[in-house]
Amino acid sequence: MSRPVRVMKPWVVRDYMKCSGCRLCEIACSMKHEGRMWPEASRVRVFMLVPGAEVPHLCTQCSDYPCVSSCPEGALSVNDETGAIIVEDEKCISCGACIRACPGEVPHLHPEGDRVVICDLCDGDPECAKVCVEAGYRALYKGTRTSSKNYDLYAIKPEEITKNLVVNLYGEKGEELYK
Amino acid sequence: MIPGYNGKIAEVDLTTGKVSDFHPDEETLKKYVGGRGLATKILWDRLGKRWAEVDPLGPENLLTAFTGPLTGYISGARICVSGKSPLSNGIVGSTAGGEFALELKCAGYDGVIVKGRSETPVYILVTDGHVEIRDASKLWGFDGKETIKAVNEEVRALLKERKPGFGLWKEPGLIYIGPSGENMVRNAAVMQKWSHACGYGGYGAVMGSKNLKAIVAKGTGPQPAVAYPDEMPKLWEMTKEAGFSGPQRNLWGTGAAGYSTGVEASAEPVRNWQDEWHDEKSIGVINFETRNWVKRCWSDYGCTRACLKLAVVKTGPFKGAITDNPDYELQAYCGANLGIFDSDGVVYVSTVIDDLGLSGINSANTMGFAAELYQRGILTEEDFEGIKPVWGDAKAMGELAWLIAERRGIGDVLAEGTFRAAKAISETKGVDVMKYAVQFKGIEVGAHGIRTGKHFPYLGYAISVQGGDHTSIPRPPMSEARSTIGDTMVICNMGTPRGVPDIIWRYMKAVTGWEMTQEDWINVNGMRIIQIQRAVLLLGGPDVFWDPEKDDDNPERWYDPLPSGPYKGLAPDRDELMEQRKTAYAEMGWDERGIPTSEELNKLGLLDVDAALKPLRR
Repeated sequence: MSRPVRVMKPWVVRDYMKCSGCRLCEIACSMKHEGRMWPEASRVRVFMLVPGAEVPHLCTQCSDYPCVSSCPEGALSVNDETGAIIVEDEKCISCGACIRACPGEVPHLHPEGDRVVICDLCDGDPECAKVCVEAGYRALYKGTRTSSKNYDLYAIKPEEITKNLVVNLYGEKGEELYK
Repeated sequence: MIPGYNGKIAEVDLTTGKVSDFHPDEETLKKYVGGRGLATKILWDRLGKRWAEVDPLGPENLLTAFTGPLTGYISGARICVSGKSPLSNGIVGSTAGGEFALELKCAGYDGVIVKGRSETPVYILVTDGHVEIRDASKLWGFDGKETIKAVNEEVRALLKERKPGFGLWKEPGLIYIGPSGENMVRNAAVMQKWSHACGYGGYGAVMGSKNLKAIVAKGTGPQPAVAYPDEMPKLWEMTKEAGFSGPQRNLWGTGAAGYSTGVEASAEPVRNWQDEWHDEKSIGVINFETRNWVKRCWSDYGCTRACLKLAVVKTGPFKGAITDNPDYELQAYCGANLGIFDSDGVVYVSTVIDDLGLSGINSANTMGFAAELYQRGILTEEDFEGIKPVWGDAKAMGELAWLIAERRGIGDVLAEGTFRAAKAISETKGVDVMKYAVQFKGIEVGAHGIRTGKHFPYLGYAISVQGGDHTSIPRPPMSEARSTIGDTMVICNMGTPRGVPDIIWRYMKAVTGWEMTQEDWINVNGMRIIQIQRAVLLLGGPDVFWDPEKDDDNPERWYDPLPSGPYKGLAPDRDELMEQRKTAYAEMGWDERGIPTSEELNKLGLLDVDAALKPLRR
């Protein structure tokens, strides 16, 4: 008898320094979820607070899911298989509790205003990662996650990542460009 | 509502502060589509009757920033800026990539028309269905990097205040001017990001003349609905496939040509076109690649090609300089043209030019012209306020760019662009320096020479309606009408899939529902745009009027035989070209004096253009 294999959950690995800023991830996500090109309805949004320091911003599936427990309407749940957050649109009252609960302020309201949008990992086969790999950047690609706290670190505001990236890219000059 | 369009252009009068919507009718859109085409039509309708009297830097001029129906649907989202050009006194469609065009479309507008002049510095903010004029006193004087930083902070805070529950707001997209545009330097660019320029045409000066620092947009809506939504994913897949497999992408972008266009093609500006050949391996792409690039692929929204790279100087006197690539044009103009053949130096000069909001092609052409006058002792250290613009001295060239941007010393004359500066200096110094001015109808030429006869056509720029603009020339057997496509649909010429037949027209059908063919475009729609552009170029004014007999010609320098390299001794034969020009005129529907004929204009339905040209035909 072989030992039971621990099933790893899918995760979108992010390698910020490799992001070209092309936003093909936003296009792929919105085409999948909205049926059209709609950057602000995309579940992954690329922030460019400083040109060159592009930050794809999306849910990291925290080990303790603070967004889920914050929802007063029980509109958020976790998919057992993928670990992704699932938003029940009908229950969501767009109160913003989940946005405030997320350490990285990852969720945002759908531009139509009546519901929040959060990455659902496309049922385990995320379109954003697919197109990024296809394009050859691998700034986003499909990997796996464990319950390690390390993954929680990626629930971080783009401002914080930008502060680091500008130094990585531009050295001391980067500190001038973004404080 | 026409699919692919928002059907609405924001019109802002900076004199009165009035904001309104302009709705182009379907017939106009079908004929002129967007970008360069629509700008040409609107400029003609509104200013055509008084064209020669309209001061490009006066409040009467219009500044247009238009998208096209394909913007954002096809790889790379660009914006097309236009108006009456302070360089050519005609119309130039000037585009740059970035996120502004997409934000504008997602905010519900297809473009912005600005008229009048504000008393104090302002910027225009476009958000979902809303346009406002805001104070920009704090931004005035800022370079590109400072401008973007300040605008991002202010607008993100404003959006958060207005819609606090939305979540994090992304940064807006913007087009803006640097200090050179504020000072109405005639070849100042309209900038996007840090280093993307609507360079040709001098529209940075037009914005400066209106006290307009920036146009900023943040939209949250979708791209406009299209006519055939089922077609879109198919076309998008083809676009991606073509983009991802293109030979240029991920590798060098256009930046490898800084070496190869010199060594292989003998068609690169070297020391103000005194030569076009060099074999300086130190400017080879491998140096940028291994020393300066911190991102090998850098893109704007929706790009499938990534021909840009992010370049940084990490050490030495130019430490902290940041630009893209530089691409071929800037490697050539801020490098070889100034005798600079090291990657740090080229990145540095490109960065200074970007930061000041100058056009890298046009202003660096003027800098090369000035450096040659220094070489020849016509201009002295005194004229340059102590700067010695010696070939190859990147630091001095950076200082020269500042001199021009701030209009100090001879910089005030050079700020008028190469042609006007050459006229003025010829007068003050009593020497003919026009022979060192490599420009066409006021527009400094792109970094592509003609003297070998193999690179760019002999009679391209000379009869172009956009002068020295290397993106708008006839490439026989194609007329210049071909070049209106990209600037009118407003798509990226680099990102549009090649090798997919009729891809643009398939996109046009899927997005707008209109059946169009390349043949029709080149013969009718594109030609209409070209004829109006030709007409206004000939009407010109108020400070300069072009004479086709004299001005539909190459600059003197391009008749000098190439002094070195494998094509040494080659130059076009002027008499032969003047014969060819007759044929070219006829093919364009122009008379023997280069004026569009009544027959041609009537055929295209341009009766008012014909009427306006009558005085010229006498």
